[in-house]
Amino acid sequence: MAVNTDKNSYTVIFAAVMVVIVGSLLAFFASSLSEKIQENERLEKQQNILYAMGVNENQDEGSVNFVSTDKVAGEFEKYITEQLVIEGDKITKDDKAYLIDLKKQETEAKAGKTRKLPLFIGEKDGSKYYIIPMRGKGLWDAIWGFVALDNNLVVKGVYFDHKGETPGLGANIKQRYFMDDFTGESILNGTEYAGIAVAKGNNDPTNEIKDDNEVDALAGATITGNGLSAMIKESVNLYKSYLESIRAKN
Amino acid sequence: MALLSKKDTSLILDPLADNNPITIQVLGICSALAITAELKASIVMALSVMFVLGMGNVVISLMRNIIPSKIRIIVQLVVVAALVIMVDQVLKAFAYELSKTLSVFVGLIITNCIIMGRFEAFALANGPWRSFLDGIGNSAGYGLILIIIGFFRELLGSGTLLGFKVLGDPIEKTGLYAIGYENNGFMLLSPMALIVVGLIIWVQRSRNKALIEEN
Repeated sequence: MAVNTDKNSYTVIFAAVMVVIVGSLLAFFASSLSEKIQENERLEKQQNILYAMGVNENQDEGSVNFVSTDKVAGEFEKYITEQLVIEGDKITKDDKAYLIDLKKQETEAKAGKTRKLPLFIGEKDGSKYYIIPMRGKGLWDAIWGFVALDNNLVVKGVYFDHKGETPGLGANIKQRYFMDDFTGESILNGTEYAGIAVAKGNNDPTNEIKDDNEVDALAGATITGNGLSAMIKESVNLYKSYLESIRAKN
Repeated sequence: MALLSKKDTSLILDPLADNNPITIQVLGICSALAITAELKASIVMALSVMFVLGMGNVVISLMRNIIPSKIRIIVQLVVVAALVIMVDQVLKAFAYELSKTLSVFVGLIITNCIIMGRFEAFALANGPWRSFLDGIGNSAGYGLILIIIGFFRELLGSGTLLGFKVLGDPIEKTGLYAIGYENNGFMLLSPMALIVVGLIIWVQRSRNKALIEEN
């Protein structure tokens, strides 16, 4: 082609055309797939909540296995008996509470509004589970998760996930062997809402000691671990007044 | 006629050894440090880069006569970014589980020096088929080093390979651990990746003296 590609006018036109083509291509992809992606994300959230309360397809050892995506909606309805939204002193029931965007609520809280805190109550084998969603900061990006508590505020199960922690190090917070350690720990230390710390050198690698508010840390993932500890502590403290009322009932 | 001419074969085989992007051209070191703490992540990264570099090289090569040289770097960036985002979106819609595993790598792929390096050095001057082979070859060379590093870091750092406890259980003290072996936690940290790369470079250059640069 005998086009002078060094001319300024050509460069500008090329850039403009390229932006329009690439932009519309990406917009087309994003809008045509967004419905499916949102549906996937919604089901994943249900899977995560159920996982925390122990409704999953885990084998004895090894990997994390969720309830399969085609069954999750039914299981969610079956096991999650109540979904609450806590707004200051006001507690309302809301079947869509699990769709509340924690990040949005956090920014609203910073702007001075009362934030909406979703809380899920599940029932399995006759016992009640209170599931609290959490959100915090890891090393590179956001980390989040769910913690399921019983009437005495002892952890019955957790689920953690992350956006961009280092594979092999911080990313291991979503591994079975790490998450399983939390079960049985209490978020209370006396009457203080201490959460559960990811501790280096607690000298308890198999996590036999369940009353120390600590689990064994992951090697090479100090900052992710610290972020996780802070996330648990902050999140349970947000729900303090509600959790107090559960304890008072006992 | 052979499927690949001799010249084409060298496009694939050279980057595996004597013109390796990591050990000889010293490109793509950043991701070699970041994600090689376990073997699985290394393999996933190697395959993703192979896909993006193969496709990207073809696209850039097809456009090579119409790209204005003043903004060619920006055009290259746009092509990689668009490719990666499209793949990410499609995976999120149709293979959600897989996309979760890959999400960490998306940012690292876009900024991988090898990709921009091959666009700039090869695809802008060669036809689509040869560019495709060059892309596959270079990403294979990159992946090979990644997998070697990942293998040693996971084996020596965690005592596992692809998550399987090949050396026994460190807590129950079985296998090698029964006779007092301990995992080296230092292998899990990025500096050790650099040291492993250094060792690979050392071995490679001591076997092939032609690779040693004159000062």
